[in-house]
Amino acid sequence: MSDGKRSRGPRGVVTISPELCKGCGFCIEFCPSGVLAFSDTFNDKGYHTPQAVRPEACTGCDLCGAYCPDFAIFGSLNEKVVA
Amino acid sequence: MSRINPVNQYLRMDRMPHIWCSGCGLGTTVNCFIRAVEDCGFPLDQVAVVSGIGCTGRVAGYLKLDSFHTTHGRPIPFATGLKLANPKLKVVVISGDGDLFAIGGNHFIHAARRNMDLTVVCVNNFTYGMTGGQLTPTTPIDAISSTSPYGNFEEPFNLPFLAESAGAVYVARWTTYHVKQAAKSIREAIQKNGLSFVEIISPCPTLYGRRNKLGDGLAMMKAFKENSAIVNGADTRGVGLDFKGKIVCGKFIDREKPSFLDMYHTTMAERFGPFYESYEGVQ
Amino acid sequence: MKADPKGVLTGAHFLDGYHACCEGALSAGCRFVAGYPITPSTEVVERIAARFPSVGGMFIQMEDEIASSIAIQGAVWGGAKAMTVTSGPGLSLMMEHIGLAAMLETPCVFVDVQRSGPSTGLPTMPAQGDMMQARWGSHGDYEIIALCPNSPQECYDLTIEAFNLAEEYRVPVMMMMDECVGHMTEKVIIPKAEEIEVTPRRYTTQKPGKYLPYQAKRNEIPPMVKAGEGYRFHVTGLTHDERGYPAMNAEAHDHCVRRLVEKIRNNARRIIRIEETDTADAEVVVVSYGITSRVAGKAIQMARAEGLKVGHLRLITAWPFPERRLRTLAAHVKAFVLPELNFGQMFFELQRVIEGKAACYPVAHAGGTVHEPEVIYQRIMYAARHSRMREKKEVAR
Repeated sequence: MSDGKRSRGPRGVVTISPELCKGCGFCIEFCPSGVLAFSDTFNDKGYHTPQAVRPEACTGCDLCGAYCPDFAIFGSLNEKVVA
Repeated sequence: MSRINPVNQYLRMDRMPHIWCSGCGLGTTVNCFIRAVEDCGFPLDQVAVVSGIGCTGRVAGYLKLDSFHTTHGRPIPFATGLKLANPKLKVVVISGDGDLFAIGGNHFIHAARRNMDLTVVCVNNFTYGMTGGQLTPTTPIDAISSTSPYGNFEEPFNLPFLAESAGAVYVARWTTYHVKQAAKSIREAIQKNGLSFVEIISPCPTLYGRRNKLGDGLAMMKAFKENSAIVNGADTRGVGLDFKGKIVCGKFIDREKPSFLDMYHTTMAERFGPFYESYEGVQ
Repeated sequence: MKADPKGVLTGAHFLDGYHACCEGALSAGCRFVAGYPITPSTEVVERIAARFPSVGGMFIQMEDEIASSIAIQGAVWGGAKAMTVTSGPGLSLMMEHIGLAAMLETPCVFVDVQRSGPSTGLPTMPAQGDMMQARWGSHGDYEIIALCPNSPQECYDLTIEAFNLAEEYRVPVMMMMDECVGHMTEKVIIPKAEEIEVTPRRYTTQKPGKYLPYQAKRNEIPPMVKAGEGYRFHVTGLTHDERGYPAMNAEAHDHCVRRLVEKIRNNARRIIRIEETDTADAEVVVVSYGITSRVAGKAIQMARAEGLKVGHLRLITAWPFPERRLRTLAAHVKAFVLPELNFGQMFFELQRVIEGKAACYPVAHAGGTVHEPEVIYQRIMYAARHSRMREKKEVAR
């Protein structure tokens, strides 16, 4: 896929549902682009949820979604990307 | 713009969050299953899931498919009846190591012997999680459990070997670390005619992991990554699991054999000749 | 609706109870049987195995009774009318799944050809020792329906009845045969298909998305659904709410279980089938069922020849038990005699409902063979004498 025509913005975006998260850390560990880290905040259940600390690196590969045991996160392609 | 998780349409979102612990691999397995079912090419209305009792048994209740939460050890015979009544269904049994291979062991070997067209996904966390972490027929030697407080000394089953010996036509093992491969195997298993078996090794951080000082779910996942080796086509005799030892993953068996219904058709057509009305399910 | 002619072997036949039972299942529309060989029931599934392929049915011999008793339920949820056949030791193994059928409200038929127990007992000989187990065998609260044929013709007729009752009340129905009735060969008339009334499965007319598997008003039985139709339903053996989802609280449990029990209890009058002979002015009434009812018939004849007013109440349904009718009879009947091939099972139920208003006398028998008519006759005469004596004493007071 050609690199040159990408418009500004990351290729992918990660969407987090913090209320579903149980703070297991799989997404943070297995994201191949190092997008995620634990946030300092926590959800109602007391778990530290992830946040995108390097959102610009997200490729929308959805490995986070594949690993998440709680369906609390997923990656998707950013529509702003022009192929 | 609010994006919706594409897996939500396959889940009973009115029952979220689920009961599984933080770091449990069951949700990951469900993700793999959903991806497999999305790609398998069968209309989802025709996919039915049957589970037994246990933490893995709860999978049926969270999937938005025709699903059945049956008795302990018995999802396979239930699935057999369901499949034979309506052969158009793709019936998937998702259950745990204790449910399928202790109390349910007999049913597994007979379904494999008959080559019943079912997919059996065994989530193997080496424990009976729901009841507090007792040993199962897959618990490795030396592992601690609530009923083997001094260490297990019983030889565990080598599930892929058992499945192959009993007659399964498709046998694969992955861990919850291998999300892509597991999803692909489950898809192939569903598409395959006959008894397909996929073992998914999964962390139980609350019980098996904690008692055996294996760390939390993430630590166990990293250990799966470190200790596993992918050997497609490996001889199943050699893929038994030791405590904290190497985990051989891969697709081990993928062979062709006529299924129960294939043999039924062949036999009846021979005996009844032109009088045989092909059995397509109960009318 | 009328029976499917494909399965109906119209004509006058000379059949034993087992073969008649198989034909009854076929006439009723049963097209899935899972079974395991066990003496003395095996002949039923042997005939099923031979007959099914040409009528579009599926028979599978499962690896054990536990598998058989749940395979039939899988088949029901796949759209079939299904049955399994067993005897005492197999029935014991099936208990958990009878409870599952009750909890999921799965219509299905369990045929128990009773043999002498307990344990391995006398495999080839009759008894009636599973009557209480049929009612109470599984854990928890639920109600079932149990039918007791006393002839091959009834093995045919009541098997159809069993399937019809199962569909109407969404309940496992027990056909309590015994080795004697099973092996007895008599004339069996199988009518034309259009003369046989068969209750179809009541499927929901609601659309997917609107349908809730266990939504029903009080006293209503919810309609069913089957896999593969797009309903994406879930059912569980856990206590559940009307969505079919687990509901782990006492209130939901009361609602869930209460319905299982009430749907039979509140409809008992419509379900109960009994055959009464000469009870209107009877002094003594013999209550019996199954093969024992035929011996009792002879004993009653002998007693009536002595001038005694003896009536006969035959249980065609043993469960639910005909409490109301027996209580009504107790107003004028002085004594009940209940012979059975066990050491007292339905007898205790009789005692319970009579509540001391009349005398109750068992005629116990361990099984292995049937009663001698003489023994039942003696008991009838004893019952008459003693209840008269008791009456005289009470009048004298």
